[in-house]
Amino acid sequence: MAELMLAAKDRPVEGKKFPAPAGAKRTRTFKIYRWDPDVGGNPRIDSYEVDLDACGPMVLDALIKIKNEVDSTLTFRRSCREGVCGSCAMNIDGTNDLACTKYIADVKGVVKIYPLPHMAVVKDLVPDLTQIWAQYALIEPWLKSDTAAPARERPQSPEERAKLDGLWECILCFCCSTSCPSYWWNGDRYLGPAVLLQAYRWIADSRDEATGDRLDNLEDPFRLYRCHTIMNCTKTCPKGLNPAKAIGEIKKLMVERR
Amino acid sequence: MANARRSLRSELGRVRGLGSAKEGVQHWWMQRITAIALVPLSLWFVAGIVFVIDVDRATAIQWLGSPLTLGLMSLFLIALIYHAVLGLQVVIEDYIHSHATKLVLLLLIQFAGFGLAAAGIIAMLLITIYGG
Repeated sequence: MAELMLAAKDRPVEGKKFPAPAGAKRTRTFKIYRWDPDVGGNPRIDSYEVDLDACGPMVLDALIKIKNEVDSTLTFRRSCREGVCGSCAMNIDGTNDLACTKYIADVKGVVKIYPLPHMAVVKDLVPDLTQIWAQYALIEPWLKSDTAAPARERPQSPEERAKLDGLWECILCFCCSTSCPSYWWNGDRYLGPAVLLQAYRWIADSRDEATGDRLDNLEDPFRLYRCHTIMNCTKTCPKGLNPAKAIGEIKKLMVERR
Repeated sequence: MANARRSLRSELGRVRGLGSAKEGVQHWWMQRITAIALVPLSLWFVAGIVFVIDVDRATAIQWLGSPLTLGLMSLFLIALIYHAVLGLQVVIEDYIHSHATKLVLLLLIQFAGFGLAAAGIIAMLLITIYGG
């Protein structure tokens, strides 16, 4: 059966508390999921009071401040701090988002931060993305063409290029896939919204000549058809993209080629 | 993920698994077709039931036994049960991860679907032929 509850050994327990420095006027509490494979045991929820007057506006600013000044053991991924690398995807205030583009001010009260849902945890806020990257490799995300390579670029009309808008912007943060109940229950076989949007990005590319092979590779009750149009993916996407629509387009092509 | 750790197979080999089944579009398409068919058929069925509630037995049998009712009722039963079986199949595939349990449940809903459709259509035929 699908697991609706965490096992007792995986349920978070209350952890350490780090009060704000004396004299801080405007503070905010961050409750952050902590789990260290070297220590094991139940995950903890540690509380950090952060002085907002001495911190940048984004959730990532607070995480970096905590790591630099309060508790250097806090572990998370981050890189670009401007919403283009997709590293700092995590569950903030109950929604998957990028910590670098999420304003602390947009969260009411305590800021609760967990790793991306339903993924194995490597440490603290770092999820194990091994499987999802392998699924990305499965769709072979590169241009395939049997026509001899032209001397210059492969031409594409403005209209053909426009079909890639809303697809190329995906940064593979996997906020969508990890918000999808179908991916939670059947992630070992269902490819999930992020990978399917990427698959459609190559299916929709007028320069690609492997459309039929790509559709063959997706036509499967689990790989594609576990999508039940739940729409969590579209709701949560930090880049405002619509993976559910991309999946719908793939399903339409499946019918069209029958 | 735990299984992946115990196996030395590459992650790509594991997610590729047995390859794509090259099916699923028929299931998806039939689910939509039966859903569309059920819109008018359900309206007709509800209207028919509302009519039958208020009449005496002889009139009800007469309505049920008419060839038009036989045809529409058969279509309604087939569309309804087919749609239900397709939907239940998805629910079972979503939530049941034990292979044996999944197989048994899938067989059960298919047999139950065939049985219910056959029973309903045979009952309708008997009413049409023998008048209840």
